[in-house]
Amino acid sequence: MARMKFLCDADRCIECNACVTACKNEHEVPWGMNRRRVVTLNDGKPGERSISMACMHCTDAPCAAVCPVNCFYTTADAVVLHNKDLCIGCGYCFYACPFGAPQYPKVGNFGSRGKMDKCTFCAGGPEEDGSKEEYEKYGANRLAEGKLPLCAEMCSTKSLLAGDGDVIAQIYKERVAKRGYGSGAWGWQTAYRETIAT
Amino acid sequence: MTKFIACLRLIAGVLVFVLMTGLAGPTNAQQPNSVNPNASAVKEQQLLDKLNVVKGLGTIPDTKSYVLEHPAGRDWRVFHQVTLKWIGGIAILGMLALLVVFYLWRGTIRIEAGRSGRTIVRFNGFERFVHWLTATTFVVLGITGLNVTFGRSLLLPLMSPEAFSAWSEWAKYAHNYLSFAFTIGVVLMFLMWIGQNFPTKADITWFKMGGGMGKSGGHPPAYKFNGGQKLLYWLIVLGGAAMIISGYMLMFPFYGGLTVDNMQLAEIFHGIVGMLFIALIIAHIYVGTLGMEGAFEAMSQGTVDLNWAKEHHPLWVEEEMAPKGAARTQPAE
Repeated sequence: MARMKFLCDADRCIECNACVTACKNEHEVPWGMNRRRVVTLNDGKPGERSISMACMHCTDAPCAAVCPVNCFYTTADAVVLHNKDLCIGCGYCFYACPFGAPQYPKVGNFGSRGKMDKCTFCAGGPEEDGSKEEYEKYGANRLAEGKLPLCAEMCSTKSLLAGDGDVIAQIYKERVAKRGYGSGAWGWQTAYRETIAT
Repeated sequence: MTKFIACLRLIAGVLVFVLMTGLAGPTNAQQPNSVNPNASAVKEQQLLDKLNVVKGLGTIPDTKSYVLEHPAGRDWRVFHQVTLKWIGGIAILGMLALLVVFYLWRGTIRIEAGRSGRTIVRFNGFERFVHWLTATTFVVLGITGLNVTFGRSLLLPLMSPEAFSAWSEWAKYAHNYLSFAFTIGVVLMFLMWIGQNFPTKADITWFKMGGGMGKSGGHPPAYKFNGGQKLLYWLIVLGGAAMIISGYMLMFPFYGGLTVDNMQLAEIFHGIVGMLFIALIIAHIYVGTLGMEGAFEAMSQGTVDLNWAKEHHPLWVEEEMAPKGAARTQPAE
């Protein structure tokens, strides 16, 4: 099986936010919650870079480690998913996540955040693939249909790559070799404990 | 005629355009054909080395999301999964082991002179109400709190994931809402007993004599509260305040500009103080029940046997037994 990863080529991202919109629309993510977002560093200054970020589906995921009810699981494709029926909305996964991926439907006063929601790598949840229940809780399951995450699929500059980690690393390496520069795979060291040697 | 002028103007315009693009051409060609637009770009490792966080700007209202990367979550995870379990395990099991050893050595401390049959009021109804309000909420808070740290490893294997989640969710609500009753209890206890809990000379003697806990320890002097009880009082007041403040930070996450770092620190603090607090209260429960004959009735019925009071709180008994009028003429000691 492939080891699924995200890679955002910061030298290509134009901060168009199409990935954010695509994600919200594909999964009908409610108001106030974002499974994916674009963060701009050094905004308006020389060297400005934008990076699209969502759950990185970490190796040995910290969210899964700290969850007091053990509601996370990792698929054969190394996608980190969770079971909303078990989630108690304690908010610990947000404290542990290095990428701010977990989202909650409510503000969280008195500990009532509601069920956590996050990027599923377009792979749904524990319910039957493509079922109505799965869609309502976790959004579309594109992976089960043989498709990759929509955010990356429709990225206009092909900055955001999603798929088999080895394949997207190779694509990135070739890009860097051809154009002569690259600011690296943002977040990879933190998420996967490895970088792409270019 | 006008047609001819228009034609001339068009030709002149074309000539000027050709000339200008022709001039611009060579300038373009002079630009270097390989630029590194990355020369001044921000670099992930540099940012992480500097601040241990990568933060920028976003376009959504949730300002927390502007933090792109925050590897400290990995450290907090080690604290929560490893360090806190060791602290809690050692503090709680260590205290239990200590008490078992102490009990085997000393047994229940009896009233030496036996029961006199006469009783004296030790805690009035209000004092007992405040004590039990704090005590019952503390027990629930302690158990539900331990569930967050140890439940997954100790309880989850014994039940279905659904049942454990249901219990944990109720435990979480109990933990959050009973905190208000606990807060009231700690505040009332602080105000109610502060007058009798300032250190006195008698407390120094009490600690020097080991609180009379040894087999031939004798009976050290004590007013209404002995040195050990005063220490317990201040630990409960200060520990309680620490738990309450850090707890409310966790209950109202990210309020008043709290960052994810602050939230992690609040959890670390709440966890460590909580574990030590539980160990302390286990010792308190032991002394108040199994450890000492005649102690529990002080909080259950509010009265104690006079001989018990004379042995453990002699100075307090003197104060209580002194004629009311005479007591007022005595200088306050």
